[in-house]
Amino acid sequence: MIEVKELTKIYGQTLAVDRVSFEVTKGQIVGFLGPNGAGKSTTLKMLTCYLPPTSGGAKVAGFDIFHESRQVREVLGYLPENVPLYTEMRVEEYLEFRGQLRKMPRDERRKRIDYVVERCWLTNVRRKTIGHLSKGYRQRVGLADSLLHNPKVLILDEPTVGLDPTQIRESRKLIRDLGGDHTVILSTHILPEVEAVCDRAIVIAGGRIVAQGSPEELRASRRMSARVLVECRGAGKEIETILSRLTGVRGVEIVSTDADKYVTAAVAPKDGYDVREEVARALYSGGFPLREIRLEHATLEEFFVQVTAGQAVAKAD
Amino acid sequence: MRAVAIARRELSSYFYSPVAYVAMMLFLLACGLLFWSDLQPGRPVAMRTLFEWMVWLLVFVIPVLSMGLISQEWASGTIESMMTAPVEESDMVLGKFLGSLLFFIVLLCPTILYVVILAMYGRPDLGPIFTGYLGILLVGALFISIGLFFSSLTKSQIVAAVSSAAMLFAVTIVPWWAGAKALLPTFWRQVVMQMVYFRYTDFSRGVIDSGNLVFFIVTTSVFLFLTVKVMESRRWK
Repeated sequence: MIEVKELTKIYGQTLAVDRVSFEVTKGQIVGFLGPNGAGKSTTLKMLTCYLPPTSGGAKVAGFDIFHESRQVREVLGYLPENVPLYTEMRVEEYLEFRGQLRKMPRDERRKRIDYVVERCWLTNVRRKTIGHLSKGYRQRVGLADSLLHNPKVLILDEPTVGLDPTQIRESRKLIRDLGGDHTVILSTHILPEVEAVCDRAIVIAGGRIVAQGSPEELRASRRMSARVLVECRGAGKEIETILSRLTGVRGVEIVSTDADKYVTAAVAPKDGYDVREEVARALYSGGFPLREIRLEHATLEEFFVQVTAGQAVAKAD
Repeated sequence: MRAVAIARRELSSYFYSPVAYVAMMLFLLACGLLFWSDLQPGRPVAMRTLFEWMVWLLVFVIPVLSMGLISQEWASGTIESMMTAPVEESDMVLGKFLGSLLFFIVLLCPTILYVVILAMYGRPDLGPIFTGYLGILLVGALFISIGLFFSSLTKSQIVAAVSSAAMLFAVTIVPWWAGAKALLPTFWRQVVMQMVYFRYTDFSRGVIDSGNLVFFIVTTSVFLFLTVKVMESRRWK
């Protein structure tokens, strides 16, 4: 559905997007993940034909973004980052206007407006002036607008920013439900969002793609295996020595020491090993009272930090 | 049509704008004063003074009305949602132009009252009045297209207003002032005669000259074309 080849954007001296290439198949929900300033929004703005690429190209639903921009914009629904709206219009008026802009025939327009108003929980504020609405409602108006003409492709730039937790949960559910019929690209720097909503994630940092894959694949890659955390009492150095000698253990790190002399140690196991029993036995026979032992799951957050920190260093050189 | 939808939105947006109401009020106040001088005993039953001087008013009123047309969209970011919809730049420019022109007509409507008043106290010759309004509409259209052009160049409404006003001043008031000087070399006299004021005065006297008509239509189109090009150039940056 979406093919991006070597897309590049240079602003004056700044290389904002550096030869980004990826593909999105029909019905997929892809998350664009990256720190602020990574080039996510710029890439999306190029796909929506708002910014022209400096070099490279892309196709959306088979239409080229540069040469067939009108067709691209007809199949696209877009929610920009700052949700720009005409604040003097009412919600319904605004959606009517957007429907007219897309040349939707009147009956279809009315039906679709009713549908998106309900789907985006705008029923109570239908007749309200947009300028009087809270950020959460405005975000939903933007989302309703992007869904209005039932576009094949949806591009959402930070769709849940500014919403409260309930709204975030509901928005994510809405986006998940959209997958299958619609192809969705959403950009975010909220990691749990990617795990909750996306089939695939593309991580961007410093204008380049640094990783691609499903959330599970990303977690599994890059040595992101789980750690075992233990809290026991004793001398940190000794605990470290004893635990490092165990067969399944790759490395030990003393994370912190408590006021009651309890030490928290993080044990990194070798691939495939579950070292919890070994660790517990070692500490018990060594005479270190054990207070807690738990398995810490690899998080996407650590992966993200690792991967993007590397980019930041590379860029600084 | 997309342009019509945009025109309608623009027109209704004017009615939500306090600036538009203030401009309207001041404009009509000034018109009232001008008409009062037409209503003096001994004057012919016509709106000559009004039509002659209204152009000067428009030099200051129209920039205020047109300043936000595109600047506001740049500033608030709504240009992005407009340009990522399947809308051509020409649709947008035409729509905004038509919407403003319609508002301008609404702005002029209360002056019909003056015609009624004249009819109550005498027998006005409706010909010059009709052509006077036609002339004002043409001038208004040109001024709006210039205001729209400057509005497309900047995010700041103030900059748009001031530069439009400066341009309008340069093409209207300066030539009028220069034209009053009798000792102008022929070439410059020709140049000055091309400017707005002299092209317009015939209308206020009841004459519809095709040359003047064409002048206004062509210059308005030129500015609309330039505005479309400014918006399109964004696609190439």
